[in-house]
Amino acid sequence: MPTPLVVSEVAKSFTMHLRDGIRLPVVSNVTFALSAGECAVLGGPSGIGKSSILKMLYGNYSVDAGQVLVTHDGRTVDLASADPREVLTIRRDVIGYVSQFLRTVPRVAAVDVVAEPLLSQGIEQSEARRRAEKLLDQLNLPEKLWSLPPATFSGGEQQRVNIARGFITSHPVLLLDEPTASLDAANRAVVVELIRSKKATGTALLGIFHDSDVRDEVADRIIDVSTFRATLDAA
Amino acid sequence: MSEQSLLCVGGVTKCYGDRIGCRDVSFELWPGEVLAVVGESGSGKTTLLNCISTRMMPTTGTVEYRMRDGSMRNLFEMGEAERRFLMRTDWGFVHQDPADGLRMTVSAGANVGERLMAVGDRHYGRIRQTATDWLGRVEIDEDRIDDQPRAFSGGMRQRLQIARNLVTGPRLVFMDEPTGGLDVSVQARLLDLVRGLVNDLGLAAIVVTHDLAVARLLSHHMMVMKDGQVIEHGLTDRVLDDPHEPYTQLLVSSILQV
Repeated sequence: MPTPLVVSEVAKSFTMHLRDGIRLPVVSNVTFALSAGECAVLGGPSGIGKSSILKMLYGNYSVDAGQVLVTHDGRTVDLASADPREVLTIRRDVIGYVSQFLRTVPRVAAVDVVAEPLLSQGIEQSEARRRAEKLLDQLNLPEKLWSLPPATFSGGEQQRVNIARGFITSHPVLLLDEPTASLDAANRAVVVELIRSKKATGTALLGIFHDSDVRDEVADRIIDVSTFRATLDAA
Repeated sequence: MSEQSLLCVGGVTKCYGDRIGCRDVSFELWPGEVLAVVGESGSGKTTLLNCISTRMMPTTGTVEYRMRDGSMRNLFEMGEAERRFLMRTDWGFVHQDPADGLRMTVSAGANVGERLMAVGDRHYGRIRQTATDWLGRVEIDEDRIDDQPRAFSGGMRQRLQIARNLVTGPRLVFMDEPTGGLDVSVQARLLDLVRGLVNDLGLAAIVVTHDLAVARLLSHHMMVMKDGQVIEHGLTDRVLDDPHEPYTQLLVSSILQV
């Protein structure tokens, strides 16, 4: 079985044109690989580039240099240089992502927000809804909220919708950006359980967890992002 | 990845005398894909849309379209009759002002039914039934079918225009500021409707908008235009979250947060 995700010598900086074009180096020489069934955690203080790394791996941020290799349709693809169409199919089939905040769409019910990734994979609506409801139930989201758009939900409720949306598919790679930040202890425990069952089915997970209890429970190893720190002349 | 592109735009340039409308625009569009074209007023968005949809002849450049039989045809080498047939059946064009896309003095049902008759349907009962179905899909009450769009609100007119365009099962829809003149609650409803229809029908669409929120909600990839040229083109969330060009950074940083 091929390694699900290989990150090789990735570098990123931002050029702020509105501030006289100053260049902000973020990370350089980011190199690691994820094995199937492991959960690696990006470690290091705030502002060091952990979220930026996740966003590059999801294709949300561009990559200045280096490669992000995943297996798609039986071949190795470099996400860093893939065209938008290919990035979208990789997101549909290969890399899942739970962001810090849910981006809500007006008038779409929570259950449909969660079911959507399955529908885009061609799974039938009734089956997709059934699986969405099961996950929302598991995450203790009150049933009366399922048919409502999440825009008016509390932070913790929105985050659980977001988690359910990320965990509903069986993507081989799953990226988690502080999924437990706004959850209470009981729901954090549910998320830990969900992560464990993903590991058991061979998903490769990469996460950011500031909550050390959760991190200790799920992490197989810590990737220290401070070793990837970019300097102005290095990147 | 095996499927073929639906539309292939190559080097489209439109000059108005000495002034440049749009310059050297090239891109491809695949079935089911939504492209947003953003930029400020006068950046050439609408000129580009009019050229691609053959409502205007570009000064230079080609626009090729995959016909239903699978062949790729250069639109500007087609006969006028064939091109008009294509526009009436396989394409839709949603104007910013519904009055430009609707016939304001015939009933809502006839506005929808007219496009069906253009593709050869002559059965009154069936046309009326299809029109009723479509009014329902765009959330217009069935009992308004015999009213003229003059009697409709702006949001209803825009929904009716969308129904009129989609009733023939087009494969490509052009939209010019579809939510332009609508208040925000009406916009949200319309956007949700368009988003659902695009997903369900697997439509390809080119949406011109100056509203980045509309682009984020509807489109897969987006082009940013300035002074007639495309300055940035890529995955919608990447362009919005990691803009590279100075002008795109200015646009993104100018959005009001609510």
